[in-house]
Amino acid sequence: MAEFRLPPNSRIDKQAGKTWPAPAGAKNVRTFRVYRFDPNDAGNPRVDSYTLDMDHCGPMVLDALLKIKNEVDATLSLRRSCREGICGSCAMNINGVNTLACTRTCDEFGTGDIRIYPLPHMAVVKDLVTDLTHFYAQYAAVKPWLQSRTPAPPDRERLQSKADQEKIDRPSACILCACCSTSCPSYWWNSDRYLGPAALLAAYRWIVDSRDEATGERLDALEDPFRLYRCHTIMNCTEACPKDLNPAKAIAEIKKLMVERQH
Amino acid sequence: MRAAPLSPHLSAYRFAYTMALSIGHRISGVCLALGLPVLVWWLMAAAADEAAYGRLIEVLSGWFGKLLLLGWLAAFLLHFFNGIRHLFWDAGLGFERHQARRSAVIVAVAVVLAFAACTWLLFFSGNAP
Repeated sequence: MAEFRLPPNSRIDKQAGKTWPAPAGAKNVRTFRVYRFDPNDAGNPRVDSYTLDMDHCGPMVLDALLKIKNEVDATLSLRRSCREGICGSCAMNINGVNTLACTRTCDEFGTGDIRIYPLPHMAVVKDLVTDLTHFYAQYAAVKPWLQSRTPAPPDRERLQSKADQEKIDRPSACILCACCSTSCPSYWWNSDRYLGPAALLAAYRWIVDSRDEATGERLDALEDPFRLYRCHTIMNCTEACPKDLNPAKAIAEIKKLMVERQH
Repeated sequence: MRAAPLSPHLSAYRFAYTMALSIGHRISGVCLALGLPVLVWWLMAAAADEAAYGRLIEVLSGWFGKLLLLGWLAAFLLHFFNGIRHLFWDAGLGFERHQARRSAVIVAVAVVLAFAACTWLLFFSGNAP
């Protein structure tokens, strides 16, 4: 059953938030309200306010977070690596929408405070770092690798037509940042049994791969009231995807294949 | 170390058109299901006799009856138009972001216009039951 309220240990302690003012003399300032949780402290999560001098800060939200970590408060934890939208590490909830901190400028979020939270409905390890173990296990559960019984040709690769390659072009571009799955209310309430948009997009990528020969088994594994059919086409996943992919459409195509194979 | 907290979800996520129409579709569906007994009463009264039908009309034309009918009208229109949107999705159509946004606007406009038209016909056109 859907649990709408956060458990008592997860509610934000509104009194506990710390404020870090802008350096003296800063003219162009912006405040970042960042979710904080430290497993070694006694308290509940809190939201700290950092006001930065934007004249001495890079343009992206990730630049601001790294400025905070490097120059203001070294205790802030976040994942980041490539800073160009290909590793998926800095996925987080910025002003209420899941996205990558490295590919979005602060200016895109208007002129007010910027609210930065971890990916929604996930176990928080520390600050903006969430536990993705279950998310990765769901990805592994769809067997994201080529399965074929036919031996590969001895003299060349398994070739594909251009049209067949185009079917998997977009789904293959998924970086597993988890923005889509953790934006999905159905995933929030059912992630123990519903695979979620990211894993289903990966499943679709192998189902439509012309070289894969396990299509039937893949569909069998998804034919389940929860694994696949907890998708109610809310569309939050497709709205959130920072790579402009379309998990909702992939799921709909899988549902269509389920019907088509019965005839 | 202690139990990891759950990160904020409903309280943190921006309530966008995607979620509004999805939850609206569900709520309107529940309202319509709750209205079914009244529809059954309507049919039974119509099949019974003039006195039974008169009692039904008396209840439904009171202010509370009219309020309920307006509520069910709104629920029906939202469920109907958004249901058509879902039919297209079930056929694999209209999944691109700009298409989904446009179809959401179309649903919202259709619901408002149809609600206004039906309300006028039912209560202000002079042909009221």
